[in-house]
Amino acid sequence: MTDKSFGSRRLVVGAHYGLRDWMAQRVTALLMALFTVALGAQLLLGPKLGYDRWAAIFSAQWMKFLTFIVIVALLYHAWIGMRDIWMDYVKPVGVKIALQVFTLAWLVGCTGWAVQVLWRL
Amino acid sequence: MADTTQQQQRPVYRNIHVTQIARYRLPPAGIVSILHRASGALMFLLLPFVIWLFDVSLTSEISYARFTSTFVAGLGWLPGWFMKLVALSLIWAYLHHFLAGARHLWMDVAHTVSKEEGHLSAISTLVSSGALTLVFGFKLFFS
Repeated sequence: MTDKSFGSRRLVVGAHYGLRDWMAQRVTALLMALFTVALGAQLLLGPKLGYDRWAAIFSAQWMKFLTFIVIVALLYHAWIGMRDIWMDYVKPVGVKIALQVFTLAWLVGCTGWAVQVLWRL
Repeated sequence: MADTTQQQQRPVYRNIHVTQIARYRLPPAGIVSILHRASGALMFLLLPFVIWLFDVSLTSEISYARFTSTFVAGLGWLPGWFMKLVALSLIWAYLHHFLAGARHLWMDVAHTVSKEEGHLSAISTLVSSGALTLVFGFKLFFS
């Protein structure tokens, strides 16, 4: 085992998800930032905000399209971030896995709820 | 071959322990970094509340009234001013996370890795997120 752990014989292990997640976190962040600007511009431009105008913003099909993408982006982004936190601070494997499962369940539940709100409109 | 006794006398830097956090002096970039984490965790934990707000604000005109009254009459046994504070903490978290994230993206794209630029951009992040939070807080509480 030890004689295979150096040089060109080095055993490359791991799931190789490091770069992919690093990239995903930035791409999803960019999507959410653009959405923030798009929503912020609609809120700032126009008359005083009330139910009608607020609902009209999210009723537009293109806005539903964008919002859905952002909800999914948020799911992935928050998963990577929370998993990083658990990996850094929680050492016992059992507790770490339990917290990661809780995070996934929490996020998937929230995503379903948000999508339902969006498409009920 | 290096002398092993000399190697053992090298200073050892370990992760800081929880008990050391209070008296551990962080540079501005370190403060931005840990607050980036803290704000992300806060938004994660309050996500159901945010979606609930999204829900009641959009579902109907009646539920929209429930949405606005959350910050006046309160929610359950929690008073309105407390809900405003919760909203303000979320506003701060969003602003800080957004600006600290933009700082990260900028560093990735521009390869600005000098100590001075990192120090300056960290201070700018803290100042602008703080100032914007004050603006939103003023609007939330006084108008």
